[in-house]
Formats: sequence, structure tokens, C-alpha cells
Amino acid sequence: MAEVNDVIPETHRVKTLLLGIPGWPGHLPGQHVDVRLTGEDGYQAQRSYSIASAPDAFHVSLTVERISDGEVSPYLVDELHAGDRLELRGPIGGHFVWTATQGGPLFLIAGGSGIVPLMAMLRHRSAAGSTVPAVLLYSSRTLEDIIYREELSNLVGKGDGLTVAHALTRARPAGWAGYARRIDQPMLAEVGFPASARPRVFVCGPTSIVESASQLLLGLGHERSLIKTERFGPTGG
Amino acid sequence: MSKPPTSRGFRARPRPEGQGKRVPPGQHEVSDFPVLSAGPTPQTSLETWTFALQDGGSLLAKWTWAEFEALPQTTVVVDIHCVTAWSKIDTEWQGVTIDALLEAAGLAEPPEPYAMIHCDGGYTTNLPVEDLIAGKAMIATRYDGESLTPEHGGPARLLVPHLYFWKSAKWARRLRFMDQDEPGFWESLGYHMYGDPWKEQRYSGD
Repeated sequence: MAEVNDVIPETHRVKTLLLGIPGWPGHLPGQHVDVRLTGEDGYQAQRSYSIASAPDAFHVSLTVERISDGEVSPYLVDELHAGDRLELRGPIGGHFVWTATQGGPLFLIAGGSGIVPLMAMLRHRSAAGSTVPAVLLYSSRTLEDIIYREELSNLVGKGDGLTVAHALTRARPAGWAGYARRIDQPMLAEVGFPASARPRVFVCGPTSIVESASQLLLGLGHERSLIKTERFGPTGG
Repeated sequence: MSKPPTSRGFRARPRPEGQGKRVPPGQHEVSDFPVLSAGPTPQTSLETWTFALQDGGSLLAKWTWAEFEALPQTTVVVDIHCVTAWSKIDTEWQGVTIDALLEAAGLAEPPEPYAMIHCDGGYTTNLPVEDLIAGKAMIATRYDGESLTPEHGGPARLLVPHLYFWKSAKWARRLRFMDQDEPGFWESLGYHMYGDPWKEQRYSGD
């Protein structure tokens, strides 16, 4: 059982729920929880959400994107407020996980709200004082859709070996210096580590991005066993 | 367990009549077909594809794509249930039942009580053999009348619709019979050994 301690707006469609969970057993960066809502008539609905916080953070946080025709996410994003209680189960999943002790280099590829479990890895990397070389390639629709934009910029500012490259696929502000197209092979080759460096690769986002990025990475010679994928689709809502 | 907290103002979306009977607890119906997998989708050529039956380490039978296509084909319309809480109603699949494979291999009955399915990409999942026979499971090669696409498990996937869908392993290449049950990929990572959606056997301990 979790209590919502605060709700933080991230973008116009995304909020972070800061949860207090008595007896939380701890989690690994990349794991998720199942959230179950029970209506006043007893109707229950359940969805999975990635944990956004590092393992040693004070709150367990979930970052949730509102899926417009969704059933659970609009409730979590628009209705929930501090003091509400949530039934949740977890942490779940032991495959799409990275800890600093596993080493690197670390190559993270995110589309949209697929950033969430990757952010848990980056927050953990920073909190653990890790200097493992890390690259995040993050595709968003517009500048305003970038989740954690300021925090990512601050993490890069620490100068501890993290690089972040943004790609905007729909609209760009004037003077935009990042990529202005969908993730493609030249982009992966340019920002990422060469296959010979054997980076640990984590790809998370909608199926279209995960499918194409993982195939392109194989094409660049990255080893299949080092590429881990997780998909967020509209049905996650 | 204590009573779950009620979420103030949370209501179900309207459901089609009778859906409740076909959607297991904690699941919701979807109209699209979500894709989930732990790594890059394998692109397996039909030229090199084979499907094998094994008893432990020994080969019982092996088919090329052309040989597999010549085996008796079965079409089923079933509901499928993913552990990530989506269910899809009335999905149509075509393939070769495990019964037909055993018969083609000249086996009167399965050699062992458990099985592990092995897939391109290294995925595995374990099942009791009784859940694979008597028409309960097939190696499916077509979905909705069309060749199974790689992202949905093509060329061929296991289909065991009465269990959570991670048991219906994509990119199936080898069915290995075992004398004892052993955990597969997700079963080693905290997921349930059996996975009955009607009992909500999502994770170990359920």
C-alpha cells in the first residue's frame, strides 16, 4: 500500500507521483510496479508503471503519461492528489535492470515516456558516484514533451561522463541545436559507443522506436545479448 | 490481505455486454495487439528455420519450414491474456498442434511430464506437458489469416492461450521434454511457474 505524498507536473501530459510506501523492500533501477485501482463499485483496473526514482531516493516515484483514451493513466495524472492511497505491487522485473556495479559503457535510448526506467538508472548512476561512461539518446515530439529536461541538463553539468542527445521529431524551437529527426542509424553511430566498446544498451519507448532502434543497433554490430528492450504502448494506459 | 483502498471517483469505462465472463480478473480488453519482448526481434530466414522436438538432450524429430507447412494444420479462435493486464478477445491462429507434432514424430504419447520451449534470441519458458496436448496448444505460423510477423513471433510461436501470454513464446525453434519442471526466462525472474490468468498467477507466490 502506498500513500501519495506529492504530485509533480513534468509536462502537459506527464506527472510524477511521489509515494511513501511503508515496508518497501527496495528496488533496482529499471524495475516496475503494478498499480491497481478499485472503484467505489468494486471495479478494479491494473497497469504497470516503471519506477523513476533511484533505489536510495527518499520517495519511490512513478512518472505517468496521460494516455488520452486510457482508463488508469488519466486518473493517476488528473485526479490523484497528496494523501490518496494506492494499491501497488512490486518491485517487478529483473531483466531490464542496470546497477553501477555492472559497469559500462551504458547506452540508453528512450522514446517519450520510455525515459522513465532509464532515468532511474541515470539517477542511480549519479547517486552512486559512478563515472561509467554513459550516453542517453532521447527522442521526443517537441521541446515541451521532454520529461526531466532540466534535471538531465544538471546531470550532464556534473561532468561525470554522461552525455545526453535529444532528437525532436515534430517541432523544433528556433535555433535548436539537437537532432531534428527520428532516431536513425547515423544518429546511433554518432552519439553512441562503437560496438567494439561493448556497451550495455537499454531501449525503452513505443514499439516502433524499440523495434527500429534495436534492429539498427544489431546492424551496427552490437551484440544481441547486450541489448535489452522494454516497450511502452498506448495499451499501457 | 486488507481491503484495498477505494479510489475516489474512479470508474470503469463502459464495457461490452458479457465481456466480464471472458476477461480474467485484473485484465482489460484491448483492440490493438501490443508487442512485448526482452530484446531485439530476431529476423529468422525460412531457408534456415527448423523446428525440433527433443527428449532431454536427444533429438526426436526435426522439420524444415516446408516439412512443417505440410503437417496437418489447425485453426483456432481464442482469447489471449498478457500478464501486463491486457486481454484480446477472439484472436484467430493457424498452426500445427503439439498433438500433431507428436504423431508426426511417431510418438504415441509425450515422453516426459514437463517441457521447455527454446526460441531464437535465447528466450525460454516452461510448461507442464498436459497443458500442451489434447488440442490445448500449437506452434502457430499464421495470425488472422496472414503469416506471423517477426514482432509477433514469426515465423512461428508457441500458442497456449489458457495461460498468460509470456508462455506463448515467440520465435519458437525447439520443444524439449523434461522429467522435472525447470524455470524458463521470466520464471527465473520472479514470474509464476504456471501462469493461470483465471487464478491471477502473475508472480511467484501467487
